[in-house]
Amino acid sequence: MRKGQYRFVAGFLLVPVALYLIFVIWPYIQTFGYSLTDWKGQSQTFSFVGLDNYKALFQDDVFLEAIWHNIQFLIFIPVITILLALFFAFMLNAGGRSRAGGVQGVAGSKIYKIVYFFPQVLSLAILAVLFNAVYRSDGGGLLNGALIKIGLVDADNPVEWLNEPNVVLWALMVAVIWQGVGFYLVLFSAAMQSIPRDIYEAALIDGANRNQSFFRITLPLLWDTVQTAWVYLGIVAMDMFVLVSSMTQNMGAYGGGPDHHSDVMSTVMMRNFLYYGKSGYACAMGVVMLLLTLVLSVVTLRATRRERIEF
Amino acid sequence: MTALKETAPAPAEGPVAKVPVRRGDRRGEGVVLNVFSHGFLALWALLIVLPLLWLVLSSFKTDAQIGGSAFGWPHSWSFDVFHRAWSKGIGDYFLNTVIVLVFSVPLTMLFGSMAAYVLARYRFWGNRLLYYFFVAGAMFPVFLALVPLFFMVKRLDMLNTYQGLILVYVAYSMPFTVFFMHAFFRTLPTAVFEAAILDGASHTRTFFQVMLPMAKPGLISVGIFNTLGQWNQFILPTVLMQPQSGSDPERYVLTQGLIQLQQQQGYASDLPVLFAGVTIAMIPMLVVYLSFQRQVQAGLTSATLK
Repeated sequence: MRKGQYRFVAGFLLVPVALYLIFVIWPYIQTFGYSLTDWKGQSQTFSFVGLDNYKALFQDDVFLEAIWHNIQFLIFIPVITILLALFFAFMLNAGGRSRAGGVQGVAGSKIYKIVYFFPQVLSLAILAVLFNAVYRSDGGGLLNGALIKIGLVDADNPVEWLNEPNVVLWALMVAVIWQGVGFYLVLFSAAMQSIPRDIYEAALIDGANRNQSFFRITLPLLWDTVQTAWVYLGIVAMDMFVLVSSMTQNMGAYGGGPDHHSDVMSTVMMRNFLYYGKSGYACAMGVVMLLLTLVLSVVTLRATRRERIEF
Repeated sequence: MTALKETAPAPAEGPVAKVPVRRGDRRGEGVVLNVFSHGFLALWALLIVLPLLWLVLSSFKTDAQIGGSAFGWPHSWSFDVFHRAWSKGIGDYFLNTVIVLVFSVPLTMLFGSMAAYVLARYRFWGNRLLYYFFVAGAMFPVFLALVPLFFMVKRLDMLNTYQGLILVYVAYSMPFTVFFMHAFFRTLPTAVFEAAILDGASHTRTFFQVMLPMAKPGLISVGIFNTLGQWNQFILPTVLMQPQSGSDPERYVLTQGLIQLQQQQGYASDLPVLFAGVTIAMIPMLVVYLSFQRQVQAGLTSATLK
C-alpha cells in the first residue's frame, strides 16, 4: 500500500477512534480500577482498598435481593415475550385463508404488524408514564377501573399494583412484555417467511398436520432467531433501570419500592453513585453487572446451542 | 392432511399446481383457525391501541376527572392543555432533544461510516483488531462505564452541555454503526471503486462522492436506528445533563423531562399536562414510524439479527 493510502486510513480513523477511546473504552477500563478504591462522591482523593467493595457487596442485602429480582426478570420476560410473539407470528402467517398460490398470512396482517410494532418506537419514559396511569391505585387507573367495572375488584379497596410487594415485579414485567411482543413478532415473522416452501410441501406429502409442521419444521428452523431474541431480552431484563426508577416508590432515589421489593442492580448502583455518592462501591456493582451479563450470554448460547440448519 | 397453502408462510411463487387437488376437504379447519386467530390478533391489537388512546384522551380531562373514574369522556375538547404543557417545559425539553440530535445523528453516521469504510475496504496492520475493538463495545452494559464517564465529562467541563451529550451519544453509537456499515461496505462492488480511482479521484473523494451514495440504503436503516435510540435515551442524559449549580439552566431532554414532570405530580397535581406532554412526545414518533414503517421495522430487526 502506498504512503498516501496510510495517511488516508489514519485520517479517517482518527476522530472515531479517539471519541470511542475517550468516552467508551477508557471509562470501561477505569471502572475496574475504581472498584478497588474507597472513592466517595466528588472528593479528589481516595485510597486503594483491595476487594473490600466486593466483600461489602456480597453482604449488602439490598444488592443481593436486587440480583434475585434481575434473575426473576431474566426468566419470565424472555419466556413470556417469546411465547406470545411466536404465537402471534404463527397466527399471522399460518392462520390465513388459502389464496391462489399460497398464504400471505391472515387478511390485514400488515396492519396488525404496524400496530403491534408501534410500542417499540416509544421511549421507556413514555412507557413509564403510560403504565403509571394504567396502574393508578384508584378507580382512575385503567386497570383498576376496568376490574371494578366487571366486579373483580372492590371499588373501595382497589389494588395498589406498584405498591404490593408480590405484585410490583409482575406489573413491571407486563409493561416490558407489552412493549416487546410486537418487535419479536416482526422478527419471527420475517424468519418464518424465509423458510422455503418446499420443506412444508415435503412435510405435507408425508402427512404432517398444521401443528406438526409448526413444531417439527417452523420452530426448529426459527431456533437461531429465538436464540438471538433470548439474548436481547436477557439484556433488557438485566437493565430495567428506567421503568423501576420511574414507576416504583423511591427508596431514597431511583425507585425500588416498596421496601426494596422491586430494586434491580442498575437502580441500586445509580442510587449508590448519584444519591449516596459512593463512586467506588458503584463501580464494583458495575463490574458485577458485567460479569453476570457475560455469564448470561455464554450460558444462553451454550444452553440453546443446536446444530445449525442451512437453507 | 392440511391444505398446504395454509401452512406454508412462503412467498406466492411456489409450485401451485401440486396443491389445489384437496382444496375442499380442510376448509372447515381453515375457517375455524381463521376466526380463532383473528380473535387473538384483534384482542392484542386492542390491548396495544386502547391504553394509548386512553392516555391521549385523558389529556383533555380535568385533574378531578382523571382521579374519579378511568372511563368517561372529557367535558370539553380544549387544546389549551397542549399549550400549557409546551410552555411548562415540554417545549424546552423537545427543543433540547432536537438540538442534540441534529448534531449527534449526522456525526454518528459520518464518523461511523468513515471508520467502517476504512475497516471494510483497506488492508492494514491491526485492521481486524480495531474492528473487534469497536464491535466489542456493544456487549458491555452501559452501567459499567457510567461512573468514570461522569467524571471524564466533568473534567472536560462538559456536564450539562449540548456538546458533551452529543459527543457521548456519537461515541456510544459507534459499535452498532461501525458493525452494520462495515457489513454494508463489504457488499459494495469493487469495480466502481477502482474506476473512480483510475479516473483520478482521491480516496477521500471516492468515499464521499462514490461509495457513500451507494451505501444509502444502509445509511437510512442505521440512521433510523440511531435516531430512535438517541431520541429515547434516558440513562446517559440522567447522569450527564443535571444542572451543575444554581445558575446553570436546566437542559433536560424529552425523556428526562417527562419523568421529571411525572415526579413533580406528587407536589403539584396537573396530570392533564403530563399526559399532554406524552402525547406531544409520541406524535413525532408516530409520524416517523408511519412514514418509514418498513424501514423502521427492517432497521430495528436487522440490527438484532446481525
